[in-house]
Amino acid sequence: MFGKRILAFLAVVIVTFGVIVGTSPWLLQGVKLGLDLKGGFEVLYQAKPFEGGSEVTPESLSETAKGLLKRIDDKGLVEPEITPEGKDRIRVKLPGVDSEDDEIIKLLSQPINLTFRAPDGTIKLNGTDFVENGAGLAFDELNRPIVTLKLKSAEKFGKVTTELVGQPMSIYLDETLISSPMVNQPINSDSAIIEMGNASVEEARDLRDKINMGSLPLRLEMLYTNSVGAKLGMESLKDTVTAGIIGSVIVLAFMIAIFRIPGLVASITIITYAWLLVLVQNLMNATLTLPGIAAFVLGVGMAVDANIITAERIKEEIRSGKSMLSSLKSGSKNSFRTIMDANITSIIAAAVLYFIGDGAIKGFALTMIFSILVSIATNIFFARFLMTLLVRSNRFMKPSFYGVKESEIREL
Amino acid sequence: MNYNTKIRYDVVGNRNKYFIFSLALTFAGILSLIIMQLNLGVDFKAGSNMDISMGKPVTKQEVTEVLAEAGYPDLSPTVGGANNDRVSVRFTDVLEQEETSKVNQALKAKFGDDISAEVNVVSPDIARELGIKTIWAILIASLGIMIYVMIRFEWRFALAANISILYDSFVVVALFSIFRLEVDLPFIAAVLTTLGYSINDKIVIFDRIRENMRFAQLKSESQLSELVNASIWQTMARNLYTVLTVVIVTVCIFLLGSPSIKLFSLALLIGLISGAYSTIFIASPLWFLLKRKEKKKPKQAAAPSTP
Repeated sequence: MFGKRILAFLAVVIVTFGVIVGTSPWLLQGVKLGLDLKGGFEVLYQAKPFEGGSEVTPESLSETAKGLLKRIDDKGLVEPEITPEGKDRIRVKLPGVDSEDDEIIKLLSQPINLTFRAPDGTIKLNGTDFVENGAGLAFDELNRPIVTLKLKSAEKFGKVTTELVGQPMSIYLDETLISSPMVNQPINSDSAIIEMGNASVEEARDLRDKINMGSLPLRLEMLYTNSVGAKLGMESLKDTVTAGIIGSVIVLAFMIAIFRIPGLVASITIITYAWLLVLVQNLMNATLTLPGIAAFVLGVGMAVDANIITAERIKEEIRSGKSMLSSLKSGSKNSFRTIMDANITSIIAAAVLYFIGDGAIKGFALTMIFSILVSIATNIFFARFLMTLLVRSNRFMKPSFYGVKESEIREL
Repeated sequence: MNYNTKIRYDVVGNRNKYFIFSLALTFAGILSLIIMQLNLGVDFKAGSNMDISMGKPVTKQEVTEVLAEAGYPDLSPTVGGANNDRVSVRFTDVLEQEETSKVNQALKAKFGDDISAEVNVVSPDIARELGIKTIWAILIASLGIMIYVMIRFEWRFALAANISILYDSFVVVALFSIFRLEVDLPFIAAVLTTLGYSINDKIVIFDRIRENMRFAQLKSESQLSELVNASIWQTMARNLYTVLTVVIVTVCIFLLGSPSIKLFSLALLIGLISGAYSTIFIASPLWFLLKRKEKKKPKQAAAPSTP
């Protein structure tokens, strides 16, 4: 004869595991693997100078490569591999992309040159006069989208606009005219705007991205594209994941052996945590790479740690002679503070890494932030909920259920 | 003072041994970095990249064998293209003209004459920059951590934690330098993981010290040392269990995972163990030293809080 609370506990666990088992195949298929694990698509570019722009030097090549890296980083969670090669080549490898028609390739392979021209067609300003990735999106007083630009030199812009007072200045992307605003007075500032009339926000955003594309120091021409194989490959990934699972199973067995009931609850919440983290990563369209695996291992470690801290606390409280329920309450309360402090500190560190780092560091930091948030939800709140159900069922009242010996308990 | 835990070993009293050991390791690491630097892997070195159009489908296995015969073992060519007829090989050194033609000859001998190759020097700029960025990121992240710990705890905890986590990150780098292990991009992730684990570990023990301080009436240095020792031993079970669990997972990956990530899991392992060690033997005694200085000052009588 089960109590109501035991039934509730079983129901929650069965439903949770049902969902996990039911969705796992679909979930694992949805994991996007990174370059090192699965290969991807590579594009080899040849860099050429813009008309009137900077020459191709090792520096400008490296700058261009960095600009590309930043742009792809801004696009999301793809960790590209970008290497300048030879005198004028840049190789871009993109994970999870498998054809030339992919959005990112399209974006990359259409380097766009932004020019401001006088009415007679002479180029007054070109891509190199604008701050790289400096275009932004804003709204005018009529709430219409406009694109803002940052110039490197206010002086130069002032000079150009002085020349063109009373005439239109035409803004071109490649050979397409976007707008021809009238220059009413000299503009001595380092910011310009492009009015788009009644364009949609979507179009404005697209233009902003295109302009940011075009403000690279060098023009890129695609030499060839190619799908590449993985460096590590699926076999090694399988081995690694299998190893990780074996390790995790040992850890869960260890938890149950040492902590009994809290250990069992921990096993349930840690499995839920791992599942939820994969789900979140998938929803965010993140690619899994080695650094991601490292963050995952760390996440599991911290998730286990949260459970251990709580279980140890509960043991201490039981030893001090309190009842099970009040041991659970005060143990949870005390451990909550510790765990939150540790987690918030880690989130701060990860956030800094995310904003400073690029490529692999960004990916690592993001996985770490997700994993901490998911861990708080599962290993603190879900675990506490399950523990409370079990303790309140009045069936697990012996200290031995919590890894405490009778002899260790002191009188209050 | 009655802490309901047995102090089995006087960590604080024996602190100098551990300080000396860690200082020696740090010093050895610095020396090793100055003299031998790091054994940089292909990601961080200038090398050559050979793009080969094969004219027919090939397998990675075949190409690897040919390269090994030509005197380039341990390379990992990637095979791609529309029908596996393009190969890209990254050489760890910049190839001379004759070396290039040697590889070309070897490939032609095996796959026929329909081969054209293009060789380019690969610049390690971006990867190196990532390495430098990582160092900055770690330093700035540790500042952020310091500020938070200062607000939530006190500056002494912040300083002790910060010294320890930077030390842990450095230990990984130092040991890789001393033992000439190859450093590649995943290594960066391992160092970052060390940082993450190490902070988490320090906060747990400092939280316990803070809690014990609340109820403590400290009158002497020996009582302070007893409090730190008690905090260490109260959290010892958790410290050992936690490091054991992460070590189990990492050792499994090290032993059973693919060979290509052995070094990566080794770096992780070093970082995790160092993190657990420094929590007990470096961070806690360091805090004790900082706190002791305060204790030595004559205490002013606490102003009554209610008028």
